[in-house]
Amino acid sequence: MKPRQIVIDGLWRQNTGLVILLGLCPLLAVTGTAINGIGLGLATTLTLVCSNVAVSLSRCLLRPEIRIPAYVLIIASVVTTIQLLMQAWFHDLYRVLGIFIPLIVTNCAIIGRAEAFASRNPPLPSALDGLATGLGFCLALVALGAFREVVGHGTLFSQAQLLFGDFGELLQLTLIPDYPGFLLAMLPPGAFIALGLLMAARNWLNSKAAQLSRADRSAVQPAVERTA
Amino acid sequence: MIRHFDTGGAPHFPPQTTVRSVMLQVIYALLPGVIAHAWFFGPGIVVQILLACGFALLFEASCLAIRRKPLKLFLGDFSAPLTALLFALCLPPLAPWWIALVGMFFAIVIAKHLFGGLGHNLFNPAMVGYVVVLISFPQFMTAWLPPLELASWAPTLGQVLSTIATGHPPGGLAWDAITGATPLDTIRSSVATGKMVSEARQAPIFGDFGGLGWEWIANWYALGGLWLLWRRIISWQIPVTMIGSVVLLGLAAYLADPGSNPAPLQHVFSGALVLGAFYIATDPVSGCASPRGRLIFGAGVGIITLAIRRWGAYPDGVAFAVLLMNMMAPLIDRYTRPRIFGQPA
Repeated sequence: MKPRQIVIDGLWRQNTGLVILLGLCPLLAVTGTAINGIGLGLATTLTLVCSNVAVSLSRCLLRPEIRIPAYVLIIASVVTTIQLLMQAWFHDLYRVLGIFIPLIVTNCAIIGRAEAFASRNPPLPSALDGLATGLGFCLALVALGAFREVVGHGTLFSQAQLLFGDFGELLQLTLIPDYPGFLLAMLPPGAFIALGLLMAARNWLNSKAAQLSRADRSAVQPAVERTA
Repeated sequence: MIRHFDTGGAPHFPPQTTVRSVMLQVIYALLPGVIAHAWFFGPGIVVQILLACGFALLFEASCLAIRRKPLKLFLGDFSAPLTALLFALCLPPLAPWWIALVGMFFAIVIAKHLFGGLGHNLFNPAMVGYVVVLISFPQFMTAWLPPLELASWAPTLGQVLSTIATGHPPGGLAWDAITGATPLDTIRSSVATGKMVSEARQAPIFGDFGGLGWEWIANWYALGGLWLLWRRIISWQIPVTMIGSVVLLGLAAYLADPGSNPAPLQHVFSGALVLGAFYIATDPVSGCASPRGRLIFGAGVGIITLAIRRWGAYPDGVAFAVLLMNMMAPLIDRYTRPRIFGQPA
C-alpha cells in the first residue's frame, strides 16, 4: 500500500470514529469539551503507533493461534506506560479523563489495526498507519468535543491549561457571552445526536465531492467525443 | 315504519381523508382545552402557541426548500402547526421565546425532516421537542404559574409578552414569587418528606380529582378527544388502554398503600395524561398500526407514565413514555400483525 493511500484511509475514507464506528465508548463519553477530545485522541494515537510497531516487529515470531492474546498483552503494556506518563506530566487531564485512559486497551480500533494492518506489514508502514488512524480518531473526537462544547456551554477550548499549561489560558474562547447553556449537548443523548450529525456532514461532503468529480468527468467527455 | 335512505348502486366511495382535514380536525378538537387553559392560567399559552407555530412553519419551509419539496402542499397540510400546538400546550405559559425556537428546531428539523419528513418520523416530533427543552432548560420548564384564582399576581397581556420576550418577570419580580408547584410536584415532594397524600391534597391547588383548573382543562381535552373518536380520526384502543392501565394499576397501588399513592382519578386528571391519551399517543405515524398493537402501545405508555411519576426523577412522564413506546412500536407491530383472512395464523 502506498503511504498516501494509508494516510487518506486513516484520516478520512476509513475514519475509525465516523465511518467504521469503532471505539464509540470513549468517543461519546469524553467529548464533553474539545480539550478532553484532544487529550484522549493524542493518547490513543500514541498507543496506536507504539502497538502497531510492536505488533509488526513481532509478526514473524508469533504463531497465528496465539496472536490475539499476544496483541492484547502488547496493547495493555503500551497503555499502562502511557497512563503512567500522563499521570506524571498531565495529572489534571489524567484526572478529568479518568477511567477512559486505561480503557484505551479495550478500544476495538487498536486491536483492529493490529490484526488488519500491522500483522501483515513491515514496521514503517505500520507506524504510519497507526499515526493516520489515530489522528483520524483524534479528529473525530475533537470535532465532536468542539461541537458539543460550543452548543452546550458557548465556549471553546475551555480548560486548555490542562494540556498546554500557561499557553492554554490564552486559547480559551468564550464564543457566546451570557450563554444559558444547553444541557442536552452535555448529556449522553446529545453525544449520540451530535455523532449522527457529524456522520451526516461527512457523508454530505463525500457525496458533494463525488458529484463534483462526476461533473468534471462529464464535462470532459463530450469534448473528447466531439473531436473524435 | 321503515325509513328509506337514498343510496346509489355499489361501489360506494368513502369520503376522501386528507392529511389536511385530519390535522385540522385534531386542531379543532384541542381548541376547547386551549380556551380553558387560557381561562385558568392567563393568556400566556396563546402567545406560546403562536410563537411555536411561527417557528414551526419557518423551519418546515426551510427544510422543504432544502429538500426541494413542494412548499405549498406541505405547508398547507397543517401538520407543522399541529406539532407546534401540541408542543406549546406542554410549555409553562411564561417560558422565554427561545424555548419554542429550540423545541421546534428539534421537533421539525431533527425529529421530522432528518428522518424523511411527514409520515417517516420514528418519534413523535412534538414530544421530541418537548423532552429536549425539558431536560436542557429545567429552570424555565418548571416555572409553572398557579391558577389565576390562587395567584397573587395576574399578569396582563403586556406583562406576559415582555416576560416571554426578555426571559425575566416584569417589575423586578422573582420567578419564585410568581410560580408555584404543580399538583404532581406537590404530591411528589410531600410524599418524599413523609407526608400522606391526603395531607398533601389539603393544599389549595387541588380540585375535586386533579389539580384546580387542570382537571377542567383535562375534561375539555377529553371532550375534544371523544369528538375525534366519533369522527373516527383516532381509534379507541390507545386512549382506552392508556387511561385504563393508569386507573387499574393506580387503583391497585392506592388500595395497597393509600398513604403514599394518589387515587387513580388524581393520576388521570393531573399532568398531561388526558392530552397524551387522546392526542399524542394516538399519532398514526410514530405509534402502532395494528389494532392489537395499539392496545399494547397504549397500555405501555400508561404503565411507563405511572412508573416515572412514582419512581422517576420527573413529576410527569407522559412525554418520555410516548418516546419509549415509539421505539417499541415497530417491534409490537411485527408481533401483532393481523391474520390474513383464510390463512392460518
